[in-house]
Amino acid sequence: MIQAKDINFYYGDFQALRNISMEIAAHTVTAFIGPSGCGKSTFLRLFNRMNDLIDNTRLTGECLVEGENIYRKSVQVDELRKKVGMVFQKPNPFPKSIFENVAYGLRVNGIRDKKYIARQVEESLKAAALWEEVKDKLKKSAFELSGGQQQRLCIARALAISPSILLMDEPASALDPISTSKIEELIHSLKKDYTIVIVTHNMQQAARVSDKTGFFMLGELIEYDDTKNIFLKPEKEQTQNYITGRFG
Amino acid sequence: MNKKTEQKIAFAIFRLLGLLVAGVLFWILGFIIYNGISVISWDFLTAAPAEGMTAGGIFPAIAGTLCLVAGSVTLAFPIGVMSAVYMNEYAGGSWVVRFIRVMTNNLGSIPSIVFGLFGMTLFVNTLGFGDSILAGSCTLGLLVLPLIIRTTEESLKAIPSSFRTGSLALGASKLQTIRKVVLPMAFPNIVTGLILSIGRVSGETAPILFTVAAYFLPKLPDSLFSQVMALPYHLYVIATSGTDIEASRPIAYGTALVLIAIVLSMNLLAATLRKLK
Ligand SMILES: Nc1ncnc2c1ncn2[C@@H]1O[C@H](COP(=O)(O)OP(=O)(O)OP(=O)(O)O)[C@@H](O)[C@H]1O
Ligand SMILES: [Mg+2]
Repeated sequence: MIQAKDINFYYGDFQALRNISMEIAAHTVTAFIGPSGCGKSTFLRLFNRMNDLIDNTRLTGECLVEGENIYRKSVQVDELRKKVGMVFQKPNPFPKSIFENVAYGLRVNGIRDKKYIARQVEESLKAAALWEEVKDKLKKSAFELSGGQQQRLCIARALAISPSILLMDEPASALDPISTSKIEELIHSLKKDYTIVIVTHNMQQAARVSDKTGFFMLGELIEYDDTKNIFLKPEKEQTQNYITGRFG
Repeated sequence: MNKKTEQKIAFAIFRLLGLLVAGVLFWILGFIIYNGISVISWDFLTAAPAEGMTAGGIFPAIAGTLCLVAGSVTLAFPIGVMSAVYMNEYAGGSWVVRFIRVMTNNLGSIPSIVFGLFGMTLFVNTLGFGDSILAGSCTLGLLVLPLIIRTTEESLKAIPSSFRTGSLALGASKLQTIRKVVLPMAFPNIVTGLILSIGRVSGETAPILFTVAAYFLPKLPDSLFSQVMALPYHLYVIATSGTDIEASRPIAYGTALVLIAIVLSMNLLAATLRKLK
């Protein structure tokens, strides 16, 4: 589904990613873990080209999504971002109604069919496990929702344009334990329809939700394997130290 | 003297000076109201000047000022907002943007009489608009452009980038993001800037002096190429070069009062809008 080959990435002179190669299979949940500043977010943002928005960056290597090199000149970035959705660390709903938040991605992609939009909004809210809580107040402002609800709204918003891949950058780090476990359940249920890549600082979370885990340090991918191997019998000492908290 | 009393004395002096400034403002306001309120009446607001501007009203000047406000803002607002959007949303920190920003700031510090002179040369003579609402509006428009650009830029900067990335990540283009997310969010602050510029434009005398303002023209304009009277200039005329300066003194204060009322109410409206959101 996603193949990264020999990725090097630079912010100006600073090399944030070093020689990373990784393959991510369809319908799996992959977790990226590692100390702060090791390049997890940078690597994640490569897959939907959000790094393009940052000035003065440079990339070498290849990044393939569904077999297509997404950094080829002919690639339309907005088409790519329809296919590869993203959920951010802090919930960032638009100052619009709940309905319009979810419909936004459809509307900007030129969809006018009211019935289709309404159905898609409902389905996405259901998939994001938010429908029951908001079905009677779809016209209310999204800002009236709690933080956890806002984050699930952002997930629904991303799902509405039917992506095949969902990137999540610490989606639960700003949330309370209950909302967090809701998001985790959600990730579990989304797996059958989507390929999910999640960055997290929470080891238990990585262990709970993911099939595969990649451990990053200082811009390098130290180890990438089935989650249970990473947590039960990691091959590298650095990984072992990090997951047992002996890092530093 | 110990630190505490020293501080007390210092703050007492600061407070006194602060109050002094406020006092001066109230003094001016009180002075104008005291002298001008007696002539304010429905007739004063709706009639033309009469008897060599020693009697009658100021309606043509009010109408003229409204025309100039409408004209200049119609010209400057879209240009100002679009340049601010370009500078803040598209152009990053490139040298073009830095250059434009420095130039707009400089534009903002040019004395308004120079705008008048420039407007006369370019709009009145070279472009052949003559002394007209069009020439005056263009000149006033140039004058408020920096203000509009600056307030718009500030309102755009105040919007967290997470809203932009959120929109772009959904496959929206940059233009769609600006139209559907950024501008609606910045709108209240942009409107505040607009109202401030209305206040600014309605009070300016120098830029309209050689470009539109008529000494005495008691009829309403019939096209963009008409001359008009305007409140600030009318005030200047009846205070300095009327037919009977002493006799028209109350009218001058009345005119000043109307002008101040317009400018202050615009500023108040802007301040309230800013607080509301
Ligand atoms: N926009 C940027 N400009 C310059 N350097 C950046 C930028 N974003 C990140 N970096 C640098 O790149 C490195 C990797 O950052 P990144 O955000 O990918 O780390 P991370 O693993 O996601 O960290 P965290 O867990 O704290 O989110 C860091 O050293 C950071 O300072
Ligand atoms: Mg990060």
